[in-house]
Amino acid sequence: MLEIRELTMSYGDKAVLDRFSLSVPGEGVTALSGPSGCGKTTLLRVLAGLEIPASGAVAGLAPEKAVLLFQENRLFPWRTAEQHITDVLPRPDRETAERWLSAAGLAGEGGSYPAALSGGMARRLSLVRALALAEVRRGWLLLDEPFAGVDPARAESLMEAVYALDLPVLLCAHEHHTVALATRRVELEGPPLGVVGS
Amino acid sequence: MPLLFWLLVWECAALWAGRRSLLEAWTAWRQAGDAAGLLRCLWEGQTFVLPAPPRVAQELLALAGTADFWRTAAISLCRVFAGAAIGVAAGAALAAGTAAARWVRLLFAPAVKVVRAAPVASFIILVLLWAERNWVPVIIAALMVLPVVWGNVAQGVDATDGGLLELSRAYGFSRWRRVRLVYVPSVLPYFAAACRTSLGLAWKAGVAAEVLCLPRLAIGTQVSNAKTYLDTPGLFAWTLTVLLLSFALERVLGGLLGRLERGRGGSDCAGDP
Repeated sequence: MLEIRELTMSYGDKAVLDRFSLSVPGEGVTALSGPSGCGKTTLLRVLAGLEIPASGAVAGLAPEKAVLLFQENRLFPWRTAEQHITDVLPRPDRETAERWLSAAGLAGEGGSYPAALSGGMARRLSLVRALALAEVRRGWLLLDEPFAGVDPARAESLMEAVYALDLPVLLCAHEHHTVALATRRVELEGPPLGVVGS
Repeated sequence: MPLLFWLLVWECAALWAGRRSLLEAWTAWRQAGDAAGLLRCLWEGQTFVLPAPPRVAQELLALAGTADFWRTAAISLCRVFAGAAIGVAAGAALAAGTAAARWVRLLFAPAVKVVRAAPVASFIILVLLWAERNWVPVIIAALMVLPVVWGNVAQGVDATDGGLLELSRAYGFSRWRRVRLVYVPSVLPYFAAACRTSLGLAWKAGVAAEVLCLPRLAIGTQVSNAKTYLDTPGLFAWTLTVLLLSFALERVLGGLLGRLERGRGGSDCAGDP
């Protein structure tokens, strides 16, 4: 069980998290939905250990084991699609790269550089890179807008790959088709971030 | 085509500089049919002020027929190349140091600014007091190249994508892997640009140092001799030699850097939609 207690954080004068609390079961996929800019990304960054909150505590999640899919693709312009996967994997696991590329519908694109990929393909590559790493780390998987620019059919097949990992997943999204693929849903509002319902 | 155009401009300028003798040769040709005098004027231009391209080519060919020419050119080439290589290595190392620790940048920035702004001649004379004359061109070339490489590489390090660095930390890349996969490819275009600029600078500074230090075998010494004996075609021929060597080195280096950049793969306009 992930327990978020009284998290507070602000950017300058703007309070993004103001004593925000939430409990999330440590299994299945939990979708956090809400309007853009409400503070979902900040929450995921805090959980991944990339932002330090002013106060509050998180229990049930080890940041060094968690894997965050960033809101931006953050692909290396000078690395091929296959290298993006192998770069995050320990040497013995590198032969799984082909499987991950196939899961993303990128079989045959292993030698392509990001500049040659469409927006949706780049997003899928970014997602499977995070999934490949999560399979090794076996911690929480934090997905920020994982299917932005990805068509619903592809999103559905990728979601099957996410479920197949059998890891606790926290997913931020605001498209209905993405939220519908989750086990449970938490409706948020903000800023500052607050729970509307679940 | 542009080369032909500029050779023609050079020839016209040389004829204009020697217009008096050209006019005399023209008159002699018209009156007495002396074509040899006219051809000599066209071939030589004004030998003392501005020799014509054929006269310089003749001088260069004559020089190229001697073993001393090749020894002199090779030694100057080695000096400049060694200086440039030392400058590039030191500049890149300094940039890596300044990227790793802010205090290193604060410490070295004033010194590098001084090197960048101070007249080359002052450095040459100063280094001549400290070092053996054969080494002065090497040291001067290195000193001129170092700030350029340091500035460019440091700029490349500063311009490295913060998002990729954050990802590399979040995804557990080791320090070495972060350098290899993030910093080196980001800095490479800046480094290549610095190397290309540095080469011309190294030649200029290296030959200037040779002119002032007069090592026994050096292009700069030959340039200085040409000045002393008012041997303008010789001055042009040695200058042309520097240009040819510089172009050749630039071509070799350009090929190597091109291979490095191609090895880096991809394009910088890639990434996020």
